[in-house]
Parts: sequence; structure tokens; C-alpha cells
Amino acid sequence: MTEFLSTRLGLAPGLAALLVALIAAVILITFMLLSAIFFVWLERKVSARIQDRLGPTRVGGKFGWLQTLADGLKLLVKEDIIPTNADHMLFRLGPYVALAGSFLAFVALPFGNGVVAQNMDVAVFYMLAVMSSEVFGVILGGYGSGSKWALFGGMREAAQVVSYEVPRAISVLVPIIVAGTMNLSTIALQQTGAFWNWYVFHDPFTFGAFWTFFTCGTASCKRAPFDLAEAESELVAGFHTEYSGFRWLIFFMAEYGSMFAISGIAVLLFLGGWHLGFLPWELSDKIGILGNVINVLVFIVKGWLLVFVMMWVRWTLPRLRIDQVMMTCLRYLLPISCVLLLGVSIWQLLSWQITVLVYANYVLAAVCVAFVAWFTVKLTKAGGVTPTHMMPGAWPAAPASGAPLVPRT
Amino acid sequence: MSQATILFLIIAAFTGLSAVAVLVSQNIVRSAVWLLFTLAGTSGVFFLLGADFVAATQLLIYVGGILVLVVFGVMLTAQGPFITMKVGAAEWVIASVVGLLLLGVLVMSMPGPEAFGSSEAAPANAQVSSSTQLGETFLGLPGAMPEANVSGLPKTATAVPRTRVSYLLPFEIVSVHLLVVLIGAAYLARAKRRKGGLP
Repeated sequence: MTEFLSTRLGLAPGLAALLVALIAAVILITFMLLSAIFFVWLERKVSARIQDRLGPTRVGGKFGWLQTLADGLKLLVKEDIIPTNADHMLFRLGPYVALAGSFLAFVALPFGNGVVAQNMDVAVFYMLAVMSSEVFGVILGGYGSGSKWALFGGMREAAQVVSYEVPRAISVLVPIIVAGTMNLSTIALQQTGAFWNWYVFHDPFTFGAFWTFFTCGTASCKRAPFDLAEAESELVAGFHTEYSGFRWLIFFMAEYGSMFAISGIAVLLFLGGWHLGFLPWELSDKIGILGNVINVLVFIVKGWLLVFVMMWVRWTLPRLRIDQVMMTCLRYLLPISCVLLLGVSIWQLLSWQITVLVYANYVLAAVCVAFVAWFTVKLTKAGGVTPTHMMPGAWPAAPASGAPLVPRT
Repeated sequence: MSQATILFLIIAAFTGLSAVAVLVSQNIVRSAVWLLFTLAGTSGVFFLLGADFVAATQLLIYVGGILVLVVFGVMLTAQGPFITMKVGAAEWVIASVVGLLLLGVLVMSMPGPEAFGSSEAAPANAQVSSSTQLGETFLGLPGAMPEANVSGLPKTATAVPRTRVSYLLPFEIVSVHLLVVLIGAAYLARAKRRKGGLP
């Protein structure tokens, strides 16, 4: 595209490169914000359904599609308060640092074959690096608010992120050892073909690494059950207690943006990137630009599915205590990820000698498909309990007068 | 001016200004934040040079480091909210003298622009990645070493298969020292248990 602008349109090469960079940045930030709007709506619907409610139903038709836009308008016109006690510079800076960290990750995230703003050789490493700086915004906001609740939230976030970065980085190393590169585009292209070529099925260790990575990713996005920085039942609202209006909105855009970025890394490293999972060739090589469009759509849908899983987990599990959060990381996730790293190294060495190991992916994929099929059948066939208009554990019938009260077993 | 030059000037100005702000600001957390911007600017220079790995490493390590700095700054110094530090005149003088001396040494030892050669004449071993060179220098293999200033080699040392100037041992000693410091800190900060009682 740079060549096109400079040769056809006669722009200076430097100017053309700048223009291309601007276009890429605008596309990425638009995508990030639009998906944030979608995620907020989805989160409200998902949480409502899990809690047996309906969620937004009125704004913009039957499903409340425009609820988030209405919320955004409300936040735009809301009064923007900076507390008198706050450190004004840090208070203002916090949201932007968070958003910058989240947005910078998108620069290296490939959406399709060659559909990437900057194809880096160390893309995954770069993404982890900039996403860890997102936390800084949270801590600045928490400290700068001049409120003890916000400070507690920020400090908890610092402790949590510094510890969860370690198992997250180690779990990322597991598929990288299999792939032999840190370039996300190359890693995704290596998983071309049917879904048993995906790295999550490559061997038992990458299968485990997918779960540890996703757990650590959830924690690093400060999503429940790891949202100790917010902890609205104990810290009012945690780090954003003092924020209102647009600055508050920016924090949430950053959070939803980094949720998609983490899901994107998981999709690229483990779940076959932009590949559909049943075509034996790379789509964009066969049908050109249309294939690229399909690739991008597949990638985005896969990312959204993982984000949906994050929401599902958030509204299902209770929040951990801070000591439980640290224990989960240091006592379980860290040793598990170290074992996975060692295991995959040994596996890669052994698979040179024992060729049977190369076919492990078929077994793993078959087991997973069988499990999902069994589970689906079980879910659909089990009739559940017929509704009885009674609370669970209630008396089956009113005991006869004078009879001793014996709870139903 | 080319695009790269303009970008470099912007990033360099940002980095330099942040570095000055680290010194000027009196609140410890603010000064840590400016330090963060300085180091982020440095990594921006690395990105501009095409050294993605070094740049990302710079970000990853220093963001984590400054995170800890901020936490310590808040936990250990803050008696009240937003405490400020007072700097005496003597400290200003000493710091200025040391800083100027360091600047002088750096300026004196910096090779002139002709040492880098023009950008058109790429070096013959351009295919060798820079980290390989660094690693071989650590091991004392002079084949890939840069001349003189950095490695301490005489410029005619090409025939020596392996020099005595190996940086691996000092490097390892420093690493072990860091480990010792970590263990010591963990020992000092451990939870004290009473004899026979519950922890």
C-alpha cells in the first residue's frame, strides 16, 4: 500500500508511510472501540441470562442493541469530577496510559494472512510487554485518586499482575517451543488445515498450557474471579472509585480491548488463528481477497467466543480473596506452567525418536470432540428436574400436624 | 529531513524532557512515572532502529521494575497522602558534579559519526543477528566482536581464537549476586513463627 501511494499518487515515500500508518491506526482503534461497545452489550445480556433476568430490552429494539450507545451518551454528558485531594496529573494520566497499553497490543495482532498493522518477528513478546503496561494506568489512577479505596485497588492490582505475568509468559512459551517462532502470523500459518493441526491439540502439554494461559489472561485483564482491583463488595469500586464520566469510560474501553487482545493471542497460539478448522489449505491463497475477508471474520468470531467464555466465567464463579488469588498463581499456576514448559521441551526432543508421538494430536482432538459430543448429548437428553413450584430443599409436602419435622434427604 | 529523523527527534525530545522531569518532580510516584516515560521513550528509539526484541524487553522489564518502585514508593515513604521530598543544596551540588562528570565521560568515549559508516555501506556480517554477536562476546570469542571501545580488545586481535577478556564469568557472578539478594530479602521479610504456636 505504501508503494501504491507513492508511485500511483505521487506522494513522498515518507508521507505515504505515515498515511498508511494513520489508516491502520484508525482502523484498529475503531475496531477496538466498536468491539468494546458490543462487549458491553453482550456482558449485560450474558450476565442477565445467567442470573435468570432479561437484561436490556428496550433501547433499539427487542434485544436492546443500542443500550451501550445510550450508556455512552450518558457518560459523555456526565459531570467529570476530579477530587480535591487527587494528584491531578496522575489522575488525568491514568486512563490514557491504560488505553495506550491496550491499543498498542493491537498493532502486532494479525487478523488474517497478512492483515496486520506491523508484522513483527517478536509479535507475541511485544504484545505481552505492552499489555503489562496497561496495568500502570490502573495503578496511577488508583494512587492519584487520593482515596484509600482506590489506593487499595491499585496496590492489589500491582501485586496480582506482577505475579500472574510469570505463569502467563511461561505458558506462552509452550506453543512457541513447538512453533519455533514468536511471529504470530507464522504461528497461525503453521496451523493451516483441519482442527487437529491446532497447537492446542499438539500434545498434552500445549493442551494444558492453553488453560493456564487463558486463566492468567483472565487475571491480567482483571476479570472476575480475579477482579480484586475493583472488588465492589469491599472497596466501593476499587481503582475507579473516584472516576466518573469519560475517564471512567476509557478505563473500560481499555479493559474490553485487552480482553479481545488476550483472546486473540490465545486464538493465534492455540486455536488455529484465522483458519476455519476443516479446510486443508490457506483460504487467502486460493480465493484472494475474499479469503482474507473470511479469515478476518473467522478470527474475530473466535476471539469473541473466547471473550464470551471470560464473561461466562465471570458471572458463574465467585470472586476470590486476595490471598486466594496469590495462592492460585504462586502455588498452582506457576508450578503447573513450569512443568508444562519442561514437558513440552522433552516431548519435542522425544518426538524425533519416537515417531508415534507425532500422531498424539489426532488422539487429543478425537478425545476432545468425543467429550464435547458426550456433554452435548447429556445436556440435551437429561430432562432435569420437573419444576415443582418449590424452593430446592423445601418440604415435599406439609408435614401432618404433630409429626416430627424431618428434612427431606 | 526524512521521516525517521523527524520521528527520532520527537521521541528523543520526549525522552529527554521526561528524564529532566524525573529530576525536577518532588513527589516520588510522579518521578517514577516520568522515569517510566523515559524508559518507554528509549524503547521507542529501539523500535525506530528496528530492534523489536530489545525494545519489547525494555518495556517488559522496566514496566515491571517501575511497578515495584511505585509500590515501594507508596508503601515505604508515604506517611501522609502525596508526600514530597526535600532536596538539600549539598545534594544538588554533588549530584550535578557526578552527573556532569558522567556526561563528560560519555561524550569523550562516544565515537564520532564516521565510526558508524554511512548507512549505504552495510557491514559484511549484516546477516548475523546482533544477539549472536553479543553472546559470542560474552563467551570471549573474538570472531564476531566489535573492535576496541566496547570489547576492550586491541584492534589487531583477529588471530586469537579465544581471548582472556570473557564477560561470562562476571555476568554470572552478578546474576548469582542478584539471587543472593532475592533470597536475603525473602529471609528478612519472612513471617516470623512463634515456637510451638500457630504461624
